[in-house]
Amino acid sequence: MATEHRARPSPPFFASLVTAGTFLLLYIPLFVLVTYSFVQTDLDGNSSFTWNWYYEAVADSSLQQALWMSLMVGVWSTLGATLLGTTAALALERTDFPGKKIFDALTLVPLIVPEIVMALSLLIWFVILKISLGGISIVLAHITFSFSYVIITVRTRLADFDHSLEEAARDLGATPWKTFWKVTFPLIWPGILSGALMAFTLSFDDFLITFFTAGVGSDTLPVKLYSMIKFGISPKINALSTLILLATALLVLMIFRPKRSMKTISKESGETSVPDALKALG
Amino acid sequence: MTLWGLKNLFSSHALLLWFRSMLELKGIRKSFGKTEAVRPTDLVIQDGEFFSMLGPSGCGKTTLLRMLGGFEKPTAGEIYLNGIRIDQLPPHERQCNTVFQRYALFPHLDVFENVAFGLRMRKISGTELNERVSEALELVQMKEYLHRSVTTLSGGQQQRIALARALINKPKVLLLDEPLSALDLKLRQQMKVELLSLQRCLKQTFIFVTHDQEEALSVSDRIAVMNKGVVDQVGTSQEIYEFPRTLFVAQFIGSMNTIEGEVKDFNSQAITLAGSAKRILTVKPSRDGFRPLPQVQSGLAVQMMIRPEKLKVLKSSPQPDQNYIEGMIKEVLYKGPVTQFLIQAKEIPSLMMTVVQTNSAVSAKKTFNMGDRVFAAWAPEDCILMGKDGPLPVSVFETEPLELRALP
Repeated sequence: MATEHRARPSPPFFASLVTAGTFLLLYIPLFVLVTYSFVQTDLDGNSSFTWNWYYEAVADSSLQQALWMSLMVGVWSTLGATLLGTTAALALERTDFPGKKIFDALTLVPLIVPEIVMALSLLIWFVILKISLGGISIVLAHITFSFSYVIITVRTRLADFDHSLEEAARDLGATPWKTFWKVTFPLIWPGILSGALMAFTLSFDDFLITFFTAGVGSDTLPVKLYSMIKFGISPKINALSTLILLATALLVLMIFRPKRSMKTISKESGETSVPDALKALG
Repeated sequence: MTLWGLKNLFSSHALLLWFRSMLELKGIRKSFGKTEAVRPTDLVIQDGEFFSMLGPSGCGKTTLLRMLGGFEKPTAGEIYLNGIRIDQLPPHERQCNTVFQRYALFPHLDVFENVAFGLRMRKISGTELNERVSEALELVQMKEYLHRSVTTLSGGQQQRIALARALINKPKVLLLDEPLSALDLKLRQQMKVELLSLQRCLKQTFIFVTHDQEEALSVSDRIAVMNKGVVDQVGTSQEIYEFPRTLFVAQFIGSMNTIEGEVKDFNSQAITLAGSAKRILTVKPSRDGFRPLPQVQSGLAVQMMIRPEKLKVLKSSPQPDQNYIEGMIKEVLYKGPVTQFLIQAKEIPSLMMTVVQTNSAVSAKKTFNMGDRVFAAWAPEDCILMGKDGPLPVSVFETEPLELRALP
């Protein structure tokens, strides 16, 4: 099964130009931000390389607190979203129940609803339910928008799941419970994991919904950054942003790292030099 | 009274056990909504039998197998394994194991863990586990692949691992769901032989589902031919091929030349037909007793069926005791071991006879050419008589089933 190698035509010049322009527009701001985080300008206007902004950012206790808040919110909302998302995905993919189609559509709504609407409605809901704004409300809010992503990744995994694998496990004496933990779970685990990483990334990056549902004194990192720039852009913020960029990039890389295929092995795996086999027995 | 008759009379479980019957299906039926996948079916499968279920896709054979494995619950009916009712048990409580069509090996486990899975589920570990796994792998000649990932194995190797995995719990019945269909032709033929010798060596009951008639004919002790959810005929390969009981079986297994006619005369030795052939054709019971004469009346519209390999192409008019049709060779297809002739019958414009001749020194391709006027002849003992729309009733003097007749 050799893939065909056919020479493809190179794109027209105009297309290359537009592409280059787009990329520049996208990445120059990032480049500037990262560069500025390393630049120190003295009173004479001379610039020099420095790690100072990083030291300051890391040493700032209010930033530390915000980071801690972000991590806690990230971990708990990821756990919640993963648990809910995985079970919902299993229910939607494996079972049939009245109103399934509606549920199916509803799980995707958080992806479409404008964030500001989501943020406002959550805020109103929390107020109605008299849930005090703080860590818990942020976690709940994050779960509502991130569990859709878990559902999607887990369902993709379940959709190309070979059913006969579970039947084989049952056939070999595994109870339904054991079948799930020995066969189903290990095989959908990559889907759950990428869903979880995505949920964490979303939670860690979220500003708007957190801003609305945070209340006083429970700022996450993005909210904290926002309140800091009200007092002027400090190079410290550049340094911090660069760190967040780095962390997020690492997480995203983990989500999209090459996955081991779970499909039942294809039949055309090539050669077999079959040993003299059972001729001896016959 | 024969043993066979006795068995039919006393079908209590104790007696059936005594007759080594182990799997018994009673009135098994399965419907999916309005479609009847399997119509009420009775089957008895003996201990140590290589039993095949053969039929075109959608005939219900796989559904039947899945009911044995416990993956489908029958809509009605009962299944007994060694006298114990199993049709309501979940798969993990049955002593049947399955080799799945696409093997269904666990891709996250290596060869060892795949094969050991069944033992681990039974909480067997340590030395016993290791010994039994290597024993099973040895059985399928895959011992050196112990720690390979199953995803790196070829189709044939995966097939062996699937077999070892299914056999490790020493099931009472091994269910095989078209296990060879995913392999290429050469490998398929080889695995067929291996499967057969494995079964002979283990003396275990194999239930084998296939749509490939040649596969079924060559490996099975008995075959159940299925069509549209109904078991049309159960019998040995020879019985199925030489004496098909229904039109479907006759047409599905192998190929057939069909000549229509009506009964002119009959006695206990022979039936003569008149009709489109402008010549009297004779049917006699086959010499081996496989095929007794059916019950007929004069004037009954029937069809005479002849297998292509039972016909002989001759240059000159054959012996008077032979049936024959005159015709012209329309096509000569040289196929290596055999040559296939298509012969246009002279008297019946709609009849194109297919004749297959072994390419021995006598009947090589050179002997006959396209356009030759020839005779296609066959013995009266070599034809099957069917009614116009279905099988004819078998005479009351039907011979006993093969297994008992084979005894001296």
